[in-house]
This record gives sequence, C-alpha cells and structure tokens, in this order.
Amino acid sequence: MNPILKIHEKDNVATCLRPVATGEVFDLKDLQLIANEDIPQFHKIALTDIPVHGPILKYGQIIGLATQRICRGDYVHVHNIESTRGRGDREGDAK
Amino acid sequence: MKLMGYQRENGTYGIRNHLLIIPASVCAVEVSNRIAQKVTGAVSLPHQHGCCQMGADFRQTIRTLTGFGCNPNVGAVLVVGLGCEGIQPSQVAEEIKKTGKPVEFITIQACGGTTKTVTQGIIIAEKFAKILSSANRVPFPISHLTLGMECGGSDPTSGIVANPGIGIASDRLVSLGGSSILSETTEVIGAEHILAERFPDAEERGKFLTMVSNVEKRALAVGEDLRGSQPTPGNIQGGLSTIEEKSLGCMHKAGHSAPFMGALEYGQAVPPAKLGLYFMDTPGEDIDSITGMVAGGAQLIVFTTGRGTPTGCPIAPVIKITGNPQTFQTMEENIDINGGKVIQGECTLDDLGEEIFKKMISVANGEQTKAEKLGHKEFGIYRIGFTF
Repeated sequence: MNPILKIHEKDNVATCLRPVATGEVFDLKDLQLIANEDIPQFHKIALTDIPVHGPILKYGQIIGLATQRICRGDYVHVHNIESTRGRGDREGDAK
Repeated sequence: MKLMGYQRENGTYGIRNHLLIIPASVCAVEVSNRIAQKVTGAVSLPHQHGCCQMGADFRQTIRTLTGFGCNPNVGAVLVVGLGCEGIQPSQVAEEIKKTGKPVEFITIQACGGTTKTVTQGIIIAEKFAKILSSANRVPFPISHLTLGMECGGSDPTSGIVANPGIGIASDRLVSLGGSSILSETTEVIGAEHILAERFPDAEERGKFLTMVSNVEKRALAVGEDLRGSQPTPGNIQGGLSTIEEKSLGCMHKAGHSAPFMGALEYGQAVPPAKLGLYFMDTPGEDIDSITGMVAGGAQLIVFTTGRGTPTGCPIAPVIKITGNPQTFQTMEENIDINGGKVIQGECTLDDLGEEIFKKMISVANGEQTKAEKLGHKEFGIYRIGFTF
C-alpha cells in the first residue's frame, strides 16, 4: 500500500500511513511529493499549495480552513488549520 | 438467517439473560450494588441521578432506566428506590412489567434501612436468578437483532478502516431485516449534509438536522472553541485536526446502502413495525452514547477505537475493533478485532466487514467479548438539564 493515502480525488491533503521524514520523496499518481518536515504516522500532508483561509479537503469534503499559507509537502494539523464549526470563541466576532 | 437467543413474553429476543438491579436514584445505588454483589449473575446500574431533575432531562433519565429494564437482554428486574425520590420505583417497575418479564420493586424507607433492604433484595433476586437459570436459547430470526454503533478514542484509522468496516456489517444486517443505530450527534457536525440525503422522509430528515443544530448551539453557548473537547486531546494527538474531519470519518459506520428510517430521541426504542437503520440523538461521549442505544433496545454494540478503550456495558456485549495496528498490539487485551490488517495491506476492507459480521453472529449466539470477560460494565446517563 502507498504510504501516502489520498482518499478522494478532490482532496488537497493525504494521510501518512507511516511516519514520514523531512526530505522523503513520494510518487503519487499525478504528482511527486517531497515532505517538507517530519510528519507522525496517520497525520496529514499537503498535496497542493493552500492559501490562507483556503479550504482543506479530505474525503472530498471541507474539514477546515488554513490559518496560514500551506505549501505542498507541509505537515497539516491544528497548528495551521482550524474548524469552522462549534466556534463559541468566535460568536462575538460574528455579531 | 437464524440466531440463538432468549425469547421474551413480548416477542423480543435477548442475546444475554441478565438479572438487572435498577437503583431508581443515586440514593439507592449502594444498596443495589450490595444486592447485585451477593447474587450470581445479577448486575446493578450505578448512576448519580433520579432526583431533583425537571422536564425533558427528567423524562430522559426515566426513559433510560426503564429502557434498560425492557431491553431483551434482561430476563428479570428488581427496582430499588429510597422511597421519596423524583423517579418513583413503582413507576419504573410498572413500565418494565408491560414486557411480561418478572419485575418487583422495594424501597429502603419501607424496608427499614440498608441492612433490611439488602436482605429483602437478595431474597427477591435469588428467586429471579433461579427462574433465569432454567432458560434455554432458542432459534430466532436475525430481523429481531438491533445493533448499536459507537466509535471512541478515534484516530484517522477509525475513519479510513474501522468505521467503514462496521458500515459493511451494518448494511448486511439491515439487508437481512435487522436494525442498526448510528449515534453521537456531536460527531455529525460537518457531515450532516451527507447523512441528511439518506433520510427519504422529510419530517425525519428535519428532526435529524434539528438534533445536530441543537447540539452545536449548546456548544456555541459555552463561548469557547469546541476543539479540545471535540475532537479530544487524544483525537488530536492521533492526527484528527477538526470536528468536521472526525465527523466525516464517524459517519462511515452507517454504511452506504440502507436509508435512514428515522431519528430517535436518546433512549427511544426502534419502532418494531418499521425496522432498519436509525439515527439516535446521543452525545459523542462513549458511555452515555452506548447507554442510550441499549436503553433503545440494542442487544449488541460494535465499537471502533483508534487509540484504544476498555469500556463495556452492564447488559449488552460490546465488540471492539481498531483500525490501528499498533493499538491492537498494545491493547490486545481489550480489543476483539484487528482492522490494522487493512492498513498493513494484509486484507481488504470487505474482508474486515465480513470478519466483523461473523463476530457479531458468534457473539449474539453466546461468545463472550473481551469487555465481558474483563467485567467491564460502564453505564452513564446523558444529562440535558440541571439538578435542582
């Protein structure tokens, strides 16, 4: 099994099925991917560049928005994406 | 397909034959526990509620306690009350009696204190235990089986492997005429638009969507970010970043082929005239969620876990499946099925679905799960109000 699992064709992130080390190169169907940093097993890697506030797609669905610019090969997790749901901390901002 | 179980007076079938001691309120928990400890095969339901509750929260607690008594896995029930509590033991006993199974109730105030109530309770429970010990399993159609589906301590392998595996087994059960319950409303946030399309009935679809938006409103009212509570710190450590990502993995438990027949309140029974796949409004917290589905009549629970969890249920067998090969290795004592084989390329998702279905059949017919062997009996009632 390819260690980089892209679930849906629309996805811009994939799941690393094993721990990934900085500089590792992966050949996916239509692109070559170089890991920009160490990524723990089952965590996510960016398949494309994603702009600030750009949607993060997994399962072909939006799982959150980028809080900073994400480059192809970056580690994607709570440090650079956020949820749009259940944001009681944002309730004041909307009003 | 036929299974082997215990026939009840009301035409339902249990896959276990428990003697249940129900404390009507927290004040009767210690006495109930002592009775259960002294009688072989008896099990108590320790909880913290049953008094000074109001409205929908009060009704939900009664529905849960009576639902456990009515569950086909229970052969006889003793309700123990203090005597003055909000949930009157006579009321719980009367409701359970409608199933036709042996039910009695006692109160600590009427018996005259702890010691006398324990003594009286043991006499009644031993009489029930004798009746239950003579029961034999008989064949029954699989359409009488209701499955409850849970995921807890999730990680990304839950959404990729373990939950889709359960989905295959659930689709199979429903296609054979059985019922299956998807739960955990919090873990629908971000996936509700996909699940909603599978409700053919517009009214039931509306009910489902209202349940999801009500839970999100409750979370928003706290004034903080849901992240940290959902997903939990363990989910995040495992690699899940947002509630949407968690939900989009959770929903795979519901499979693909079966339509949702309706949306049930917490602890509400699956309508016998309209069997099939249902959604139940439960929290993402595992114990409260499983308790709701078992109160609604589920005789069997399948539970996926990425991080690993030991928990069980007092009256229903809980089958554990992990999609994470390391978790299976570290927590094999607690986990029945290793779905990590799919990640390692040793078998397909369809193979895993088949293995889960076969395990469901064998556990329904009497095989003990790891949670049962280890004596896990966690029980928790979902509260939606305050104690006054």
